[in-house]
Amino acid sequence: MLSSLPIALHIPDGFLSGPVATLLWLLAILAVANGLRIANATLDESRVPLLGVLAAFIFAVQMLNFPVAGGTSGHLLGATLAAVLIGPWIACLIMAVVLMVQCFAFADGGVSALGANIVNMGVLGALLAGYLIKVLMPMLPKTRAAFLGAVGVASWVAVMVAAGATSVQLATSGTVPLDTVLPAMLGVHALIGIGEAVITVAAVSAVLASRPDLIALGTFDAPPVRADAAPAGSPS
Amino acid sequence: MRLSTKLFVVLALAVSVGLATAVSPYASSHPDGLEKVAEDKAFLEAGKLHSIQDDAPIPDYAFPGIDNPRVATGVAGFVGVLFVFALGYGLALALRRRGRAGASASAA
Repeated sequence: MLSSLPIALHIPDGFLSGPVATLLWLLAILAVANGLRIANATLDESRVPLLGVLAAFIFAVQMLNFPVAGGTSGHLLGATLAAVLIGPWIACLIMAVVLMVQCFAFADGGVSALGANIVNMGVLGALLAGYLIKVLMPMLPKTRAAFLGAVGVASWVAVMVAAGATSVQLATSGTVPLDTVLPAMLGVHALIGIGEAVITVAAVSAVLASRPDLIALGTFDAPPVRADAAPAGSPS
Repeated sequence: MRLSTKLFVVLALAVSVGLATAVSPYASSHPDGLEKVAEDKAFLEAGKLHSIQDDAPIPDYAFPGIDNPRVATGVAGFVGVLFVFALGYGLALALRRRGRAGASASAA
């Protein structure tokens, strides 16, 4: 029966030790609180429906496991997509909403591990991808292809960092040695990350074609929409 | 082709509902990355559900009371995607920067 446990990419309870799970809950709360603060200060009325539909889209696509090598599947995380569309900090908030519904309504991912799942799949990916794209853009030609390339690279990196962070947390918890889990996790997620990049680039392309102004992070020919995309991390 | 915000949101929501309802039943049922590694490295057994998740309304993305597993997944996706939309929309509505109270936005 244990093999039929409903585990997605999400960490279930029992994989992480109490201190590790608690520390990650604290980090998740800090990130979500900052997301709430920034949404409260900068979120424009016109963008309200966009947040709802982005959360819905990420939830939907997370259900679509695609096969990768060796009888394994993967699914979108969505943190990079969210960071590009609504800025990294509000993305943390939206990822937390999706992961909380999955945890409590669908029994997907643990309750004590929810903080870890929010940090790994939401916060780390959103902040890192947002930062990476901002750093890469000035170095790249001002073209659509270069922008989408940066989005794709950031998507892949976000998945690898999520997999690496999960491995470190599992090892620190004493669940499995790091030299056992890290290569295995990075190996399979190198492939899953390609799926993340393809889906994220496709979704961002669709938004670029229909409503490029909705891209909060800014595109190759337009500055960021709102303050969130820029020095959002600095305390007020 | 430039869409109005309303049309953009309606189209994107329609795509999301369609994916969660009609495509998710045909998604890969192979274990995903973490589950596969947990299986291979023999720590999958450590995983367990929290007791409050025993009362989860739609455990394992299968809507209860529906025998056909594909239909159960599709209905779970349909309900879930609309619930997440409502929650995200409601949260954003509660948090939005009020146009009139623009002064409070100076905190950023």
